Amino acid sequence: MKVLNILQSVTEALDVMLEKDQNVIVYGEDVGVEGGVFRATEGLQKKFGVERVFDSPLAESAIVGTAVGMAVSGLRPVVEMQFSGFAYPAFNQIISHASRMRNRSRGRFETPMVIRMPYGGGINALEHHSESMEATWAHIPGLKVVIPSTPYDTKGLLISAIESNDTVIFMEPKRIYRAIKQEVKEGYYTIPIGKAKVVTPGKDVTIIAYGAMIREVQKAMVLLAKDGINAELIDLRTIYPLDKETIVNSIKKTGRVVFVSEGPTSFGVGAEIMAVANEEAFLHLEAPPKRVSGYDIIVPLPKGEHHYMQSPEKIYYEVKKTVEY
Amino acid sequence: MIEKYDPVNDEMFSILDNDGNVVNSQEMPELSDDHLLKAYKLMLFSRVADEMAVLYQRQGRMFTYPLNKGQEAIAAATGLSMRDDDWLVPAFRELGCYIAKGVTMSELYMYFMGYENGSLFKNAKNILPISVPIASQLLHATGIGYTLKLKKDDKVVVTFVGDGGTSEGDFHEALNFASVWKVPVVFIVQNNQYAISVPFKTQSASKSIAIKSVAYGIKGIQVDGNDYFAMKKVVEEAIDYSRSGNGPILIEAVTYRQGAHTTSDDPTKYRTKDEEDVWSCKDPLKRMKNYLITKGLWNDEEEEKIHKQFMKEIDSEFIKAENIKSYPAEDAFDYLYAEMPADLEEQKRYHLNFLKWKESRGVK
Repeated sequence: MKVLNILQSVTEALDVMLEKDQNVIVYGEDVGVEGGVFRATEGLQKKFGVERVFDSPLAESAIVGTAVGMAVSGLRPVVEMQFSGFAYPAFNQIISHASRMRNRSRGRFETPMVIRMPYGGGINALEHHSESMEATWAHIPGLKVVIPSTPYDTKGLLISAIESNDTVIFMEPKRIYRAIKQEVKEGYYTIPIGKAKVVTPGKDVTIIAYGAMIREVQKAMVLLAKDGINAELIDLRTIYPLDKETIVNSIKKTGRVVFVSEGPTSFGVGAEIMAVANEEAFLHLEAPPKRVSGYDIIVPLPKGEHHYMQSPEKIYYEVKKTVEY
Repeated sequence: MIEKYDPVNDEMFSILDNDGNVVNSQEMPELSDDHLLKAYKLMLFSRVADEMAVLYQRQGRMFTYPLNKGQEAIAAATGLSMRDDDWLVPAFRELGCYIAKGVTMSELYMYFMGYENGSLFKNAKNILPISVPIASQLLHATGIGYTLKLKKDDKVVVTFVGDGGTSEGDFHEALNFASVWKVPVVFIVQNNQYAISVPFKTQSASKSIAIKSVAYGIKGIQVDGNDYFAMKKVVEEAIDYSRSGNGPILIEAVTYRQGAHTTSDDPTKYRTKDEEDVWSCKDPLKRMKNYLITKGLWNDEEEEKIHKQFMKEIDSEFIKAENIKSYPAEDAFDYLYAEMPADLEEQKRYHLNFLKWKESRGVK
């Protein structure tokens, strides 16, 4: 066991897989010599050489497009989009090719690749550095979308993502990259993609969140506990495929559900959760399902960002209303 | 020869004149009579398949089809220069190249009839499916090139794009990455003068496409794409060059799309009869045929016989595709993920149940 933060867990997972499988390669802008702007790939080039861990020219479409070519010809590329807000030039390669190659070739070719991207707000960043667009990726048939919230999960999920024969969008909550430390198993282990985790069991209300929002919900739960509200917290860990079973079982038990995320509310992941609640647990509901997520606005620059972000107070406020409905 | 025709000098490499005479004999590749006949027949086969595709489409037996007419020399020369295990990353107008790789007409027709299985290419090795988005496939070629280089594999990647595709960012990104990485990729631009209705002069202010190679620090050459011999010489040399570890190369094959962009397009709206006449004098089949006749290898009777034989062969391939049983519902779901997510499994089950219910009501 080692005590690691989320960033160090990313590095560990890459290290383990570069060692284990010669076909794994890691590249992107700044990931080689510097080890990435967040240092997620630090030390890997020294250890594995410039052919397997390297800096590429700056062009997101090319980074993903070449990874598609590498993946169909036998490699397992793990590429970095420096910030999720820079991934959009690669959108065409992701939606037109990475997600479709197996289908288009009737299984002759597949694209086992991971597209890593730090996402989310709350770090006083420049424009285009704070979005949470996971719903956009999750809406694309053929992709898997994974978002860890703890160091332990980060390592196990990233290893699973690298081993997956599908393209995985791996979104890292940069806001808590260094904020959480945890004991993490050494060497190889996996956490399955597509399985949510019941972080805290409870009986009064189900709160569903992921990534950086887990910590905000946990702060809200301290306030809720003071009011005698016993909430069940579910960490989705994978946005697609969605673990409906865990979600529905919990809603059936508590009769109430509040969804918390950083993304814009309309047409978001929360809309999907609400639909699942209505389609599969309608008669168990004792209050309308509720979303606590971003307004449908561009994330404001740092001075105004607090108007957008979800806070423990807001989560507490909405959960309490739902319980008292 | 690639050295000799520096794109900066704005020269186009060619060997045959419009009448099929060799006018650049020192560059004429040494090709056996067997090869010459094989190449010409491949070009003729492509043309007949193309003409018949238009007929089938007009009869309502096939959906939209992109025509190759006029560009047969490029695909044939490339297909006959590649090794079986070299990678082909096509766009969608390289019929002769697919055929040389082992793709069957029935597969291609199936694809354009709307069957996904038309992309199976059962007997062809290392060929990616047709890519409809413009220029994005060039990056896949560069990525495959990286794999080959990393694994010290001596295969080469050949990839195609049209003149319109050279305006896309992915064209530049692919060339830039390929040249920085020094990977074995032969980029062939089929400059057929039009991107649907947009002429090359509206597409680019560049003197040529080949000259763009200079900016990427790689070799480039402009070649007469309607001249089988010039194409053969250039592609062969380019493949050797890339296979020997010299990195990528850019070939601009100057040609003319004699037909429409696809069967849905009407070229009379955007080009003149005069222009079409000028290019019809440069037709690649006509030039090669004249050369073969002069050499005593070919004649009109032979051509008529082979033409008829190809028509029969192609029609039977088409009918094979036409008689494919209906598209199974499973096919729409089964290839999306390595292991199907539970939710998708559920949607598939639902769809199959719905079909059963529909059938039970006697509705087809």
